[in-house]
Amino acid sequence: MSPTISRRDVLKSLAMSAAATSVLRVIPAQAAEYAHHMIAAEKAAAPAKNYAPKFFSPHEYKTLQALCQTIIPADADSGGAIEAGAPEFIDLLTSENKDYQRILGGGLLWLDSTCSDRYEKVFLDCSPEQQKEILDQIAYRKSAIANPALDPGVEFFSFLRDMTADGFFTSEIGIKYLGYIGSAYLKEFPGCPPVPEA
Amino acid sequence: MPQVVRSPKVYDVCIIGSGAAGGTAAKILTEGGLNVVMVEAGPPLNPQKDFKEHVWPYQLPHRGAGIGGKASDNFSEFLAPNGSWEIEGEPYTIAEGSRFRWFRSRIVGGRTNHWGRIALRFAPVDFKSRSTDGMGDDWPITYEDVAPYYDKVESYIGVFGTKENVPSAPDGIFMPPPKPRCTETIVKKACDKLNITCIPSRLAIITQPHNGRPPCHYCAQCGRGCVSASNFSSSQVMIPYAEKTGRFTLLTNAMAREIVVGKDGKAQAVSYIDKLTRTEKKIYAKAFVVGASACESARLLLNSKSTVFADGLANSSGVIGRYLTDSVGSSGGGVFPQLAKVPPHNHDGVGGMHMYMPWWKFDRKNDFLRGYHIEFGGGRSMPGVGEFDVLCETVEGYGVSLKQKCRDAYGTYIGFAGRGEMIPNEHSYCEVDPNTADEWGIPVLRFHWQWSDNEIKMARDMQQTFREIVEAAGGTYYSRVMADGPNPYGIEDGGVIIHELGTVRMGNSPKTSALNGYCQAHDVKNLFVTDAASFVTNPDKNPTLTIVALSWRASEYLLDEAKKGNL
Repeated sequence: MSPTISRRDVLKSLAMSAAATSVLRVIPAQAAEYAHHMIAAEKAAAPAKNYAPKFFSPHEYKTLQALCQTIIPADADSGGAIEAGAPEFIDLLTSENKDYQRILGGGLLWLDSTCSDRYEKVFLDCSPEQQKEILDQIAYRKSAIANPALDPGVEFFSFLRDMTADGFFTSEIGIKYLGYIGSAYLKEFPGCPPVPEA
Repeated sequence: MPQVVRSPKVYDVCIIGSGAAGGTAAKILTEGGLNVVMVEAGPPLNPQKDFKEHVWPYQLPHRGAGIGGKASDNFSEFLAPNGSWEIEGEPYTIAEGSRFRWFRSRIVGGRTNHWGRIALRFAPVDFKSRSTDGMGDDWPITYEDVAPYYDKVESYIGVFGTKENVPSAPDGIFMPPPKPRCTETIVKKACDKLNITCIPSRLAIITQPHNGRPPCHYCAQCGRGCVSASNFSSSQVMIPYAEKTGRFTLLTNAMAREIVVGKDGKAQAVSYIDKLTRTEKKIYAKAFVVGASACESARLLLNSKSTVFADGLANSSGVIGRYLTDSVGSSGGGVFPQLAKVPPHNHDGVGGMHMYMPWWKFDRKNDFLRGYHIEFGGGRSMPGVGEFDVLCETVEGYGVSLKQKCRDAYGTYIGFAGRGEMIPNEHSYCEVDPNTADEWGIPVLRFHWQWSDNEIKMARDMQQTFREIVEAAGGTYYSRVMADGPNPYGIEDGGVIIHELGTVRMGNSPKTSALNGYCQAHDVKNLFVTDAASFVTNPDKNPTLTIVALSWRASEYLLDEAKKGNL
């Protein structure tokens, strides 16, 4: 029933149709192969372990990782934001964007200063209860309405939450977690399986 | 001073621009036996390098967001290349009080590399606006004049669809459409309840092998450029066939600056800047086809001033730059809980909607003139950057519950977008800005823009309709539009729908139009403008199919006139 065909079949059939029509500028098999080469080259260029942050200091980066993993943790179904490479993605974009540097760089400093004022420790050195207490406040807009002093923290956390979600849900494990199936070569499109009534 | 290099060769035809209009002219004219040179302002296209089809977000370090996260402004890093709202070194200006955005592509194939492939015929009534409701103007040509060319174009490029006998959306020559996705199944059902016509869409994507092009393989990534050329682009379906004739020369990175006129009042040469060497060069030809995109074509003519044409080439009427319109666009969306219950499955389909709503209220009195169609899409598509922004903002918090809410919401959203007809008005036009030149020394365009009450009422109707459809389907409608402000009822700024056109319009009278019905300049017999600049009006149909049809028709006419020695 499944119209899925192997990638090899597709490349073969595309190559044949390319041969049949020499005027087509695109040689599909080559084009499809290109993606593979590009990916291989990228993987070779960027070893996953011992990532050296481009923008954040080592301490900031550790804090960033902890926050990302708190926003999207590992659970029984999948790894979390760190396993998905979200901190690397956020660091890369931040290194290229002044606004991100202000919001995220400034936000991390705000978090540590606020924790120091309250708990006499930077965020990472706080107890899990203390960390939860501050995060439960900056994770909701209503906190900033009640206490305007929390506004920078709320803005920071909201931005980081979006970027962490971006980093996680565009990763291989995040896409698998969502259950997206596609970007395939199909001979025909099967249409919709039965939809339950609302 | 840049050195002016003279090219001794005189081509039969010089085409400016390689998109839908230029590519079509290149194929027809070269196959008709003429020697053609084409100047394209952008670089050559290299699909192997430039197309990112079948690349996953995690395979790119920026995940599709682009450097500094800035690709989102130009849709995505995955998009087929070189289109953007802002081109460094090539600005445009906006008159005070106007809002307008201009999307330009600088690449072989132009915007056809990434366009939406929506290929809709204009209806007979669309050519007769003034006769129908007293607004705007009639075209100098009728549906019957264009229909044979729609036939030729559809047969050649390949369009899927179904015969439906909807008067506002004439049938064409169609390949079988793909089956509906889940999103389309539930929206269709709701439309049936509401008596809103919802039919298979008409897209320039082939579902059967065609002229050696393999059929669509349903990866939904047409916008990235198609590695198998299973959809229509000028770069893959027109230009290679011009090259095959051996009578075609393509000059890339060649930015046309001016069309030079001879003593006889005929166009003689195009002066262009070779961007790679920053020198000015000239190409001579016996005839010229301008297809640089509507506003760029107007800019070129307005910048081509001479003693014969003090106000710009072929502009004795003064209409060039005027009658600028864009489609009326407004959008919204809904969340459909039943979609969460659908088992995971491949939902991709073609790169675009499998069904759409053609204008269905043509047989009754509405509180606005003309009409719109509705495009929609959503469901379980490939996740991308920004996917859960709205959800994160709504549910807030963090942790496993946030993660699960994202998964529950994934694929349950369907977005709706109306595309309607704007009536040309005197406040919407472009002109040369005398105070600003681009990095090639070419004066830039300044845009003036104003929606009229008719378009705003249309946007309001779109919003009401989207809500009705979503609610009839058991969904919850979300829209942040307001009745006032700069974008009432969510009406997009001018240019945002990227159907800007009408700036070198055709007509019967040389006093009120620049071109005749064959896209030939009234003032200059060997000059043709075959892109959407030539349109008199733009009904609620996406313009590309009609651009290709008009350029095809103009090119056959040009061939004929050349044979008779009339140029």
